[in-house]
Amino acid sequence: MVALLCRRFGIDQIDTAEDIVSETFLSAAETWGMKGIPADPVAWLYAVARNNMLNGLKHEKVVRRYEKDALLKAGIGPEGTHMEPDWDVSVEGITDSQLCMLFAVCHPAIALDVQVSLALRVLCGFTIEEIAQALLTTKATVNKRLYRARSTLREESILLEVPVGEAFDARLDAVLLTLYLLFNEGYYSANPSMVLRKDLCLEAMRLCFLLTARKGTVRADVYSLLALMCFQASRFDARFDGMGGLVLYEQQDPARWDSELINRGNYFLVQACERGQPSRYHLEAAIAWWHTHPVQESEKWANILLLYNRLLILQYSPVAALNRAYAFSRVYGKEAAIPEAEGLGLEGNLFYHSLLGELYREVNGIQAAAHFERALGLAGTEAERAVLQGKLAACRGTS
Amino acid sequence: MKEFALIFRVEDGPTPDLTPAEWQERMTGWMNWMGGIAAKDRLVSNGSRLGVRGSKWLGAGGVVSDGPYTEVKEFINGYTIIRAESSEEAVELAKGCPILFAPGGSVEVRPLVAPDHAE
Repeated sequence: MVALLCRRFGIDQIDTAEDIVSETFLSAAETWGMKGIPADPVAWLYAVARNNMLNGLKHEKVVRRYEKDALLKAGIGPEGTHMEPDWDVSVEGITDSQLCMLFAVCHPAIALDVQVSLALRVLCGFTIEEIAQALLTTKATVNKRLYRARSTLREESILLEVPVGEAFDARLDAVLLTLYLLFNEGYYSANPSMVLRKDLCLEAMRLCFLLTARKGTVRADVYSLLALMCFQASRFDARFDGMGGLVLYEQQDPARWDSELINRGNYFLVQACERGQPSRYHLEAAIAWWHTHPVQESEKWANILLLYNRLLILQYSPVAALNRAYAFSRVYGKEAAIPEAEGLGLEGNLFYHSLLGELYREVNGIQAAAHFERALGLAGTEAERAVLQGKLAACRGTS
Repeated sequence: MKEFALIFRVEDGPTPDLTPAEWQERMTGWMNWMGGIAAKDRLVSNGSRLGVRGSKWLGAGGVVSDGPYTEVKEFINGYTIIRAESSEEAVELAKGCPILFAPGGSVEVRPLVAPDHAE
Protein backbone atom coordinates (compact mmCIF):
# COMPACT_ATOMS: atom_id res chain seq x y z
CA MET A 1 0.00 0.00 0.00
CA VAL A 2 2.91 2.31 0.78
CA ALA A 3 4.30 1.34 -2.61
CA LEU A 4 1.07 2.31 -4.32
CA LEU A 5 0.80 5.64 -2.51
CA CYS A 6 4.38 6.52 -3.36
CA ARG A 7 3.85 5.67 -6.95
CA ARG A 8 0.86 7.97 -7.05
CA PHE A 9 2.20 10.87 -4.98
CA GLY A 10 5.97 10.60 -5.40
CA ILE A 11 8.61 8.74 -3.44
CA ASP A 12 9.56 11.90 -1.55
CA GLN A 13 6.23 11.54 0.26
CA ILE A 14 7.31 8.19 1.66
CA ASP A 15 7.11 9.28 5.34
CA THR A 16 3.58 10.61 4.89
CA ALA A 17 2.60 7.47 3.01
CA GLU A 18 3.79 5.25 5.84
CA ASP A 19 1.82 7.26 8.41
CA ILE A 20 -1.29 7.24 6.26
CA VAL A 21 -1.17 3.48 5.86
CA SER A 22 -0.96 2.99 9.62
CA GLU A 23 -3.90 5.36 10.10
CA THR A 24 -5.89 3.58 7.44
CA PHE A 25 -5.53 0.20 9.10
CA LEU A 26 -6.38 1.75 12.41
CA SER A 27 -9.57 3.27 11.05
CA ALA A 28 -10.38 -0.04 9.35
CA ALA A 29 -10.11 -1.80 12.67
CA GLU A 30 -12.49 0.75 14.22
CA THR A 31 -14.98 1.06 11.37
CA TRP A 32 -15.14 -2.62 10.47
CA GLY A 33 -15.60 -3.50 14.09
CA MET A 34 -18.71 -1.30 14.23
CA LYS A 35 -20.17 -1.61 10.74
CA GLY A 36 -18.87 -4.97 9.64
CA ILE A 37 -16.38 -5.74 6.90
CA PRO A 38 -17.16 -3.96 3.60
CA ALA A 39 -17.98 -5.92 0.45
CA ASP A 40 -14.56 -5.26 -1.04
CA PRO A 41 -12.18 -4.71 1.88
CA VAL A 42 -9.11 -4.19 -0.31
CA ALA A 43 -10.77 -1.45 -2.39
CA TRP A 44 -12.04 0.14 0.83
CA LEU A 45 -8.55 0.26 2.31
CA TYR A 46 -7.02 1.75 -0.80
CA ALA A 47 -9.78 4.33 -1.19
CA VAL A 48 -9.45 5.45 2.43
CA ALA A 49 -5.67 5.57 2.19
CA ARG A 50 -5.86 7.66 -0.96
CA ASN A 51 -8.33 10.10 0.58
CA ASN A 52 -6.27 10.39 3.74
CA MET A 53 -3.21 11.03 1.65
CA LEU A 54 -4.97 13.74 -0.38
CA ASN A 55 -6.27 15.38 2.79
CA GLY A 56 -2.82 15.26 4.30
CA LEU A 57 -1.28 16.82 1.25
CA LYS A 58 -3.94 19.53 1.08
CA HIS A 59 -2.99 20.35 4.58
CA GLU A 60 0.51 20.95 3.42
CA LYS A 61 -0.84 23.04 0.56
CA VAL A 62 1.09 21.00 -1.90
CA VAL A 63 -1.79 19.10 -3.32
CA ARG A 64 -2.02 21.33 -6.36
CA ARG A 65 1.56 20.70 -7.35
CA TYR A 66 1.28 16.95 -6.97
CA GLU A 67 -1.98 16.77 -8.81
CA LYS A 68 -0.42 18.73 -11.62
CA ASP A 69 2.72 16.61 -11.67
CA ALA A 70 0.75 13.45 -11.74
CA LEU A 71 -1.43 14.69 -14.55
CA LEU A 72 1.49 15.98 -16.57
CA LYS A 73 3.31 12.72 -16.15
CA ALA A 74 0.40 10.88 -17.62
CA GLY A 75 0.00 13.47 -20.38
CA ILE A 76 -3.63 14.14 -19.61
CA GLY A 77 -5.01 17.66 -19.31
CA PRO A 78 -6.95 18.89 -16.28
CA GLU A 79 -10.15 18.42 -18.19
CA GLY A 80 -9.33 14.79 -18.99
CA THR A 81 -11.68 12.16 -17.74
CA HIS A 82 -9.02 9.95 -16.19
CA MET A 83 -8.15 12.06 -13.21
CA GLU A 84 -6.18 9.32 -11.52
CA PRO A 85 -3.89 7.84 -14.11
CA ASP A 86 -1.51 6.19 -11.64
CA TRP A 87 -4.12 4.92 -9.25
CA ASP A 88 -4.56 1.31 -10.22
CA VAL A 89 -5.73 -0.97 -7.44
CA SER A 90 -6.17 -4.03 -9.62
CA VAL A 91 -4.01 -7.00 -8.66
CA GLU A 92 -1.64 -6.14 -11.53
CA GLY A 93 -1.50 -2.51 -10.46
CA ILE A 94 -0.58 -3.39 -6.90
CA THR A 95 2.01 -5.93 -8.08
CA ASP A 96 3.56 -3.34 -10.37
CA SER A 97 3.76 -0.73 -7.64
CA GLN A 98 5.40 -3.20 -5.30
CA LEU A 99 7.92 -4.25 -7.92
CA CYS A 100 8.81 -0.61 -8.62
CA MET A 101 9.24 -0.02 -4.89
CA LEU A 102 11.35 -3.18 -4.52
CA PHE A 103 13.72 -1.98 -7.23
CA ALA A 104 13.88 1.51 -5.68
CA VAL A 105 14.64 0.06 -2.23
CA CYS A 106 17.56 -1.89 -3.68
CA HIS A 107 19.18 1.19 -5.23
CA PRO A 108 22.99 1.02 -4.88
CA ALA A 109 23.03 4.32 -2.94
CA ILE A 110 21.28 2.56 -0.04
CA ALA A 111 23.40 0.28 2.16
CA LEU A 112 22.50 -3.41 2.29
CA ASP A 113 21.37 -3.59 5.92
CA VAL A 114 19.30 -0.47 5.35
CA GLN A 115 17.69 -2.05 2.28
CA VAL A 116 16.51 -4.99 4.34
CA SER A 117 14.95 -2.73 7.00
CA LEU A 118 13.36 -0.49 4.41
CA ALA A 119 11.89 -3.43 2.50
CA LEU A 120 10.37 -4.78 5.72
CA ARG A 121 8.84 -1.39 6.45
CA VAL A 122 7.43 -0.29 3.10
CA LEU A 123 6.88 -3.63 1.36
CA CYS A 124 6.08 -6.04 4.16
CA GLY A 125 4.27 -3.60 6.45
CA PHE A 126 6.32 -4.46 9.54
CA THR A 127 6.22 -1.99 12.45
CA ILE A 128 9.47 -0.44 13.68
CA GLU A 129 9.28 -2.68 16.71
CA GLU A 130 8.82 -5.83 14.63
CA ILE A 131 11.78 -4.90 12.43
CA ALA A 132 13.95 -4.28 15.47
CA GLN A 133 12.89 -7.64 16.87
CA ALA A 134 13.30 -9.48 13.60
CA LEU A 135 16.78 -8.12 12.93
CA LEU A 136 17.85 -8.39 16.59
CA THR A 137 18.54 -4.70 16.91
CA THR A 138 17.02 -1.69 18.65
CA LYS A 139 14.13 0.52 17.57
CA ALA A 140 16.51 3.48 17.57
CA THR A 141 18.81 1.74 15.08
CA VAL A 142 15.90 0.85 12.82
CA ASN A 143 14.61 4.41 12.95
CA LYS A 144 18.06 5.73 12.13
CA ARG A 145 18.37 3.35 9.19
CA LEU A 146 14.95 4.25 7.84
CA TYR A 147 15.61 7.96 8.26
CA ARG A 148 18.84 7.60 6.31
CA ALA A 149 17.10 5.55 3.64
CA ARG A 150 14.34 8.11 3.18
CA SER A 151 16.77 10.99 2.83
CA THR A 152 18.80 8.98 0.33
CA LEU A 153 15.68 8.27 -1.68
CA ARG A 154 15.00 12.01 -1.78
CA GLU A 155 18.54 13.30 -2.27
CA GLU A 156 19.41 10.90 -5.03
CA SER A 157 15.97 11.48 -6.61
CA ILE A 158 15.61 7.74 -6.92
CA LEU A 159 12.85 6.93 -9.35
CA LEU A 160 10.05 4.60 -8.46
CA GLU A 161 10.46 2.34 -11.44
CA VAL A 162 12.02 -0.85 -12.65
CA PRO A 163 15.25 0.21 -14.40
CA VAL A 164 15.64 -0.71 -18.05
CA GLY A 165 18.59 -1.58 -20.25
CA GLU A 166 22.01 -2.12 -18.74
CA ALA A 167 21.03 -0.85 -15.31
CA PHE A 168 18.39 -3.55 -15.01
CA ASP A 169 20.67 -6.56 -14.58
CA ALA A 170 22.79 -4.93 -11.89
CA ARG A 171 19.71 -3.79 -9.98
CA LEU A 172 18.06 -7.19 -10.22
CA ASP A 173 21.27 -8.68 -8.77
CA ALA A 174 20.86 -6.30 -5.83
CA VAL A 175 17.17 -7.16 -5.44
CA LEU A 176 17.92 -10.89 -5.36
CA LEU A 177 20.71 -10.41 -2.83
CA THR A 178 18.40 -8.40 -0.55
CA LEU A 179 15.70 -11.06 -0.77
CA TYR A 180 18.30 -13.78 -0.12
CA LEU A 181 19.45 -11.93 3.02
CA LEU A 182 15.87 -11.31 4.11
CA PHE A 183 15.14 -15.03 3.82
CA ASN A 184 18.33 -16.06 5.63
CA GLU A 185 17.58 -13.57 8.37
CA GLY A 186 14.40 -15.49 9.04
CA TYR A 187 15.79 -18.95 8.44
CA TYR A 188 19.04 -18.82 10.37
CA SER A 189 18.61 -15.98 12.83
CA ALA A 190 18.77 -16.53 16.56
CA ASN A 191 15.41 -14.87 17.00
CA PRO A 192 13.27 -16.61 19.61
CA SER A 193 10.01 -15.66 17.91
CA MET A 194 9.17 -18.46 15.51
CA VAL A 195 6.22 -16.54 14.06
CA LEU A 196 8.36 -13.55 13.20
CA ARG A 197 11.05 -15.70 11.63
CA LYS A 198 8.55 -17.52 9.49
CA ASP A 199 7.10 -14.17 8.45
CA LEU A 200 10.50 -13.02 7.22
CA CYS A 201 10.90 -16.15 5.13
CA LEU A 202 7.40 -15.91 3.72
CA GLU A 203 7.81 -12.23 2.85
CA ALA A 204 11.08 -12.95 1.06
CA MET A 205 9.35 -15.73 -0.88
CA ARG A 206 6.38 -13.54 -1.69
CA LEU A 207 8.53 -10.72 -3.05
CA CYS A 208 10.66 -13.17 -5.02
CA PHE A 209 7.50 -14.69 -6.44
CA LEU A 210 6.36 -11.19 -7.47
CA LEU A 211 9.45 -10.98 -9.67
CA THR A 212 8.27 -14.03 -11.60
CA ALA A 213 4.88 -12.46 -12.18
CA ARG A 214 6.15 -10.03 -14.80
CA LYS A 215 7.95 -11.20 -17.91
CA GLY A 216 10.29 -8.21 -17.81
CA THR A 217 11.70 -9.04 -14.38
CA VAL A 218 12.14 -12.80 -14.76
CA ARG A 219 15.62 -14.22 -15.13
CA ALA A 220 16.89 -17.77 -14.56
CA ASP A 221 18.30 -16.87 -11.15
CA VAL A 222 14.96 -15.45 -9.95
CA TYR A 223 13.60 -18.98 -10.32
CA SER A 224 16.63 -20.63 -8.77
CA LEU A 225 16.49 -18.32 -5.74
CA LEU A 226 12.80 -19.12 -5.37
CA ALA A 227 13.56 -22.85 -5.64
CA LEU A 228 16.25 -22.49 -2.98
CA MET A 229 13.81 -20.73 -0.65
CA CYS A 230 11.16 -23.42 -1.19
CA PHE A 231 13.56 -26.28 -0.43
CA GLN A 232 14.89 -24.55 2.67
CA ALA A 233 11.45 -23.52 3.91
CA SER A 234 10.20 -27.10 3.48
CA ARG A 235 12.39 -28.04 6.45
CA PHE A 236 11.47 -25.04 8.56
CA ASP A 237 9.26 -26.90 11.06
CA ALA A 238 11.31 -30.08 11.10
CA ARG A 239 14.30 -28.10 12.38
CA PHE A 240 12.68 -27.46 15.75
CA ASP A 241 11.41 -29.75 18.43
CA GLY A 242 8.31 -28.94 20.44
CA MET A 243 10.38 -27.01 22.98
CA GLY A 244 11.98 -24.61 20.50
CA GLY A 245 15.25 -26.57 20.52
CA LEU A 246 17.23 -27.10 17.31
CA VAL A 247 16.97 -30.45 15.56
CA LEU A 248 20.06 -31.10 13.44
CA TYR A 249 19.60 -32.20 9.86
CA GLU A 250 20.76 -35.74 10.56
CA GLN A 251 18.13 -36.21 13.24
CA GLN A 252 15.24 -34.60 11.36
CA ASP A 253 12.17 -36.60 10.53
CA PRO A 254 11.70 -36.38 6.74
CA ALA A 255 7.98 -36.92 7.28
CA ARG A 256 7.91 -33.42 8.77
CA TRP A 257 9.34 -31.86 5.62
CA ASP A 258 6.70 -29.97 3.67
CA SER A 259 6.24 -31.95 0.45
CA GLU A 260 4.11 -29.23 -1.12
CA LEU A 261 7.00 -26.76 -0.85
CA ILE A 262 9.46 -29.36 -2.11
CA ASN A 263 7.29 -29.87 -5.19
CA ARG A 264 7.10 -26.13 -5.72
CA GLY A 265 10.87 -25.96 -5.42
CA ASN A 266 11.26 -28.72 -8.02
CA TYR A 267 9.05 -26.79 -10.40
CA PHE A 268 10.98 -23.54 -9.97
CA LEU A 269 14.32 -25.29 -10.32
CA VAL A 270 13.21 -26.80 -13.64
CA GLN A 271 12.11 -23.31 -14.75
CA ALA A 272 15.56 -22.00 -13.80
CA CYS A 273 17.36 -24.77 -15.66
CA GLU A 274 15.41 -24.03 -18.82
CA ARG A 275 16.43 -20.41 -18.76
CA GLY A 276 20.18 -20.24 -18.75
CA GLN A 277 23.49 -20.15 -17.00
CA PRO A 278 23.81 -21.56 -13.47
CA SER A 279 24.19 -18.83 -10.86
CA ARG A 280 25.14 -19.17 -7.21
CA TYR A 281 21.45 -19.47 -6.30
CA HIS A 282 21.15 -22.27 -8.81
CA LEU A 283 24.01 -24.20 -7.21
CA GLU A 284 22.64 -23.55 -3.72
CA ALA A 285 19.18 -24.68 -4.81
CA ALA A 286 20.71 -27.85 -6.28
CA ILE A 287 22.44 -28.53 -2.96
CA ALA A 288 19.15 -28.01 -1.13
CA TRP A 289 17.50 -30.35 -3.64
CA TRP A 290 19.85 -33.18 -2.66
CA HIS A 291 19.11 -32.46 0.99
CA THR A 292 15.36 -32.73 0.51
CA HIS A 293 15.30 -35.89 -1.59
CA PRO A 294 15.79 -39.38 -0.21
CA VAL A 295 18.66 -40.95 -2.15
CA GLN A 296 21.66 -43.14 -1.41
CA GLU A 297 23.91 -41.35 1.08
CA SER A 298 27.07 -41.88 -0.97
CA GLU A 299 25.53 -40.56 -4.17
CA LYS A 300 24.01 -37.62 -2.33
CA TRP A 301 27.19 -36.45 -0.64
CA ALA A 302 29.41 -36.92 -3.70
CA ASN A 303 27.05 -34.62 -5.59
CA ILE A 304 26.80 -32.11 -2.78
CA LEU A 305 30.60 -31.92 -2.55
CA LEU A 306 30.84 -31.33 -6.28
CA LEU A 307 28.25 -28.56 -6.05
CA TYR A 308 30.06 -26.87 -3.16
CA ASN A 309 33.28 -27.02 -5.18
CA ARG A 310 31.52 -25.32 -8.07
CA LEU A 311 29.88 -22.77 -5.80
CA LEU A 312 33.21 -21.80 -4.23
CA ILE A 313 34.96 -21.59 -7.58
CA LEU A 314 32.17 -19.22 -8.68
CA GLN A 315 32.14 -17.17 -5.47
CA TYR A 316 33.88 -17.57 -2.12
CA SER A 317 31.96 -17.45 1.15
CA PRO A 318 33.00 -18.78 4.57
CA VAL A 319 29.69 -20.62 5.00
CA ALA A 320 30.15 -22.47 1.71
CA ALA A 321 33.77 -23.25 2.62
CA LEU A 322 32.70 -24.84 5.92
CA ASN A 323 29.88 -26.76 4.31
CA ARG A 324 32.28 -28.03 1.67
CA ALA A 325 34.61 -29.34 4.37
CA TYR A 326 31.67 -31.15 5.99
CA ALA A 327 30.60 -32.66 2.65
CA PHE A 328 34.23 -33.69 2.10
CA SER A 329 34.14 -35.59 5.39
CA ARG A 330 30.97 -37.39 4.32
CA VAL A 331 32.63 -38.55 1.11
CA TYR A 332 36.24 -39.20 2.15
CA GLY A 333 35.94 -39.68 5.90
CA LYS A 334 36.49 -37.44 8.89
CA GLU A 335 40.23 -37.86 9.13
CA ALA A 336 40.79 -36.91 5.50
CA ALA A 337 38.62 -33.82 5.99
CA ILE A 338 40.62 -32.43 8.91
CA PRO A 339 43.34 -30.77 6.79
CA GLU A 340 40.64 -29.46 4.43
CA ALA A 341 38.87 -27.82 7.37
CA GLU A 342 41.99 -26.60 9.17
CA GLY A 343 43.19 -24.90 6.01
CA LEU A 344 40.22 -22.55 6.06
CA GLY A 345 41.63 -20.37 8.83
CA LEU A 346 38.28 -19.17 10.19
CA GLU A 347 39.44 -18.96 13.81
CA GLY A 348 36.71 -16.60 15.02
CA ASN A 349 33.90 -18.66 13.52
CA LEU A 350 31.57 -20.76 15.69
CA PHE A 351 30.86 -23.32 12.98
CA TYR A 352 34.54 -23.69 12.13
CA HIS A 353 35.21 -24.96 15.65
CA SER A 354 32.12 -27.10 15.96
CA LEU A 355 32.94 -28.72 12.61
CA LEU A 356 36.54 -29.43 13.68
CA GLY A 357 35.25 -30.78 17.00
CA GLU A 358 33.00 -33.13 15.06
CA LEU A 359 35.82 -34.25 12.72
CA TYR A 360 38.29 -34.84 15.56
CA ARG A 361 35.80 -36.72 17.72
CA GLU A 362 36.90 -40.23 16.81
CA VAL A 363 40.46 -39.24 15.93
CA ASN A 364 41.60 -37.18 18.90
CA GLY A 365 39.23 -36.62 21.81
CA ILE A 366 41.33 -33.89 23.40
CA GLN A 367 41.48 -31.86 20.21
CA ALA A 368 37.74 -32.40 19.73
CA ALA A 369 36.93 -31.12 23.22
CA ALA A 370 39.19 -28.09 22.74
CA HIS A 371 37.34 -27.15 19.55
CA PHE A 372 33.90 -27.68 21.10
CA GLU A 373 34.97 -25.44 23.95
CA ARG A 374 36.09 -22.70 21.57
CA ALA A 375 32.74 -23.04 19.79
CA LEU A 376 30.86 -22.81 23.08
CA GLY A 377 32.60 -19.51 23.80
CA LEU A 378 31.39 -18.17 20.44
CA ALA A 379 27.81 -19.45 20.61
CA GLY A 380 25.18 -16.73 20.65
CA THR A 381 21.98 -18.56 21.56
CA GLU A 382 20.72 -20.98 24.17
CA ALA A 383 19.77 -23.54 21.53
CA GLU A 384 23.30 -23.54 20.11
CA ARG A 385 24.87 -23.75 23.55
CA ALA A 386 22.68 -26.71 24.47
CA VAL A 387 23.75 -28.67 21.38
CA LEU A 388 27.44 -27.90 21.96
CA GLN A 389 27.32 -28.74 25.65
CA GLY A 390 25.84 -32.12 24.76
CA LYS A 391 28.69 -32.78 22.35
CA LEU A 392 31.33 -31.62 24.79
CA ALA A 393 29.98 -33.92 27.48
CA ALA A 394 29.87 -36.83 25.03
CA CYS A 395 33.49 -36.43 24.00
CA ARG A 396 34.70 -36.00 27.59
CA GLY A 397 32.83 -39.16 28.45
CA THR A 398 34.66 -41.17 25.79
CA SER A 399 38.17 -39.72 26.12
CA MET B 1 48.90 -11.06 -1.22
CA LYS B 2 50.40 -11.76 -4.66
CA GLU B 3 48.92 -13.52 -7.63
CA PHE B 4 50.49 -16.55 -9.25
CA ALA B 5 49.77 -18.45 -12.42
CA LEU B 6 49.90 -22.23 -12.08
CA ILE B 7 50.78 -23.66 -15.47
CA PHE B 8 50.02 -27.35 -16.01
CA ARG B 9 52.14 -29.53 -18.23
CA VAL B 10 51.93 -33.17 -19.25
CA GLU B 11 54.29 -35.33 -21.25
CA ASP B 12 52.10 -36.45 -24.12
CA GLY B 13 49.21 -34.63 -25.70
CA PRO B 14 45.63 -35.55 -24.97
CA THR B 15 45.16 -38.75 -23.02
CA PRO B 16 43.74 -41.77 -24.81
CA ASP B 17 40.04 -42.49 -24.54
CA LEU B 18 38.94 -42.81 -20.96
CA THR B 19 35.98 -44.78 -19.72
CA PRO B 20 33.19 -42.62 -18.29
CA ALA B 21 34.12 -43.77 -14.79
CA GLU B 22 37.79 -42.82 -15.28
CA TRP B 23 36.76 -39.52 -16.76
CA GLN B 24 34.52 -38.79 -13.80
CA GLU B 25 37.24 -39.73 -11.34
CA ARG B 26 39.63 -37.36 -13.05
CA MET B 27 37.10 -34.50 -13.03
CA THR B 28 36.31 -35.13 -9.36
CA GLY B 29 40.03 -34.88 -8.57
CA TRP B 30 40.28 -31.53 -10.33
CA MET B 31 37.12 -30.17 -8.73
CA ASN B 32 38.24 -31.22 -5.24
CA TRP B 33 41.65 -29.66 -5.71
CA MET B 34 40.33 -26.42 -7.15
CA GLY B 35 37.42 -26.32 -4.69
CA GLY B 36 39.95 -26.68 -1.87
CA ILE B 37 41.86 -23.62 -3.08
CA ALA B 38 38.61 -21.69 -3.54
CA ALA B 39 37.51 -22.69 -0.02
CA LYS B 40 40.58 -20.87 1.31
CA ASP B 41 39.57 -17.85 -0.74
CA ARG B 42 42.77 -18.18 -2.77
CA LEU B 43 41.33 -18.72 -6.23
CA VAL B 44 41.54 -15.69 -8.53
CA SER B 45 40.48 -17.35 -11.78
CA ASN B 46 39.90 -20.97 -12.59
CA GLY B 47 41.66 -20.23 -15.87
CA SER B 48 41.26 -22.43 -18.90
CA ARG B 49 42.15 -25.77 -20.29
CA LEU B 50 44.11 -25.49 -23.52
CA GLY B 51 43.21 -27.76 -26.42
CA VAL B 52 45.65 -29.52 -28.71
CA ARG B 53 43.62 -30.19 -31.81
CA GLY B 54 43.70 -27.17 -34.08
CA SER B 55 46.62 -25.51 -32.31
CA LYS B 56 49.11 -23.68 -34.51
CA TRP B 57 52.61 -22.40 -34.11
CA LEU B 58 53.87 -19.15 -35.63
CA GLY B 59 57.57 -18.38 -36.04
CA ALA B 60 59.65 -15.56 -37.45
CA GLY B 61 59.52 -15.09 -41.20
CA GLY B 62 55.92 -16.16 -41.56
CA VAL B 63 56.44 -19.79 -40.59
CA VAL B 64 53.22 -21.46 -39.49
CA SER B 65 53.03 -25.07 -38.40
CA ASP B 66 50.67 -27.39 -36.58
CA GLY B 67 51.63 -26.94 -32.96
CA PRO B 68 55.03 -26.58 -31.36
CA TYR B 69 55.23 -30.14 -30.18
CA THR B 70 57.43 -31.90 -32.67
CA GLU B 71 60.54 -31.67 -30.57
CA VAL B 72 59.54 -30.66 -27.07
CA LYS B 73 57.73 -33.61 -25.54
CA GLU B 74 55.49 -31.63 -23.26
CA PHE B 75 52.20 -29.87 -23.55
CA ILE B 76 50.86 -26.94 -21.65
CA ASN B 77 47.32 -28.11 -21.12
CA GLY B 78 45.93 -25.43 -18.90
CA TYR B 79 46.43 -22.76 -16.27
CA THR B 80 44.82 -21.36 -13.14
CA ILE B 81 45.46 -18.14 -11.24
CA ILE B 82 45.68 -18.16 -7.46
CA ARG B 83 46.49 -15.75 -4.63
CA ALA B 84 49.21 -16.43 -2.03
CA GLU B 85 51.48 -14.63 0.43
CA SER B 86 54.65 -15.99 -1.16
CA SER B 87 55.80 -18.36 -3.87
CA GLU B 88 56.43 -20.95 -1.14
CA GLU B 89 52.79 -20.78 -0.14
CA ALA B 90 51.75 -20.94 -3.79
CA VAL B 91 53.77 -24.15 -4.08
CA GLU B 92 51.94 -25.58 -1.05
CA LEU B 93 48.61 -24.83 -2.70
CA ALA B 94 49.77 -26.39 -5.96
CA LYS B 95 50.61 -29.67 -4.21
CA GLY B 96 47.84 -32.16 -4.70
CA CYS B 97 47.09 -30.89 -8.18
CA PRO B 98 45.85 -33.91 -10.17
CA ILE B 99 48.21 -33.14 -13.05
CA LEU B 100 51.08 -34.33 -10.83
CA PHE B 101 49.68 -37.86 -11.02
CA ALA B 102 49.64 -37.86 -14.83
CA PRO B 103 52.66 -39.20 -16.79
CA GLY B 104 55.30 -36.48 -16.81
CA GLY B 105 52.85 -34.04 -15.23
CA SER B 106 54.21 -30.87 -13.69
CA VAL B 107 53.04 -27.50 -12.36
CA GLU B 108 54.98 -24.33 -12.99
CA VAL B 109 54.40 -21.55 -10.43
CA ARG B 110 54.89 -18.08 -11.90
CA PRO B 111 54.18 -14.77 -10.16
CA LEU B 112 52.05 -12.40 -12.20
CA VAL B 113 53.95 -9.18 -12.82
CA ALA B 114 51.97 -6.21 -11.54
CA PRO B 115 52.22 -3.09 -13.73
CA ASP B 116 53.97 -1.08 -11.00
CA HIS B 117 56.88 -3.39 -10.30
CA ALA B 118 59.48 -4.30 -12.85
CA GLU B 119 61.17 -7.65 -12.55
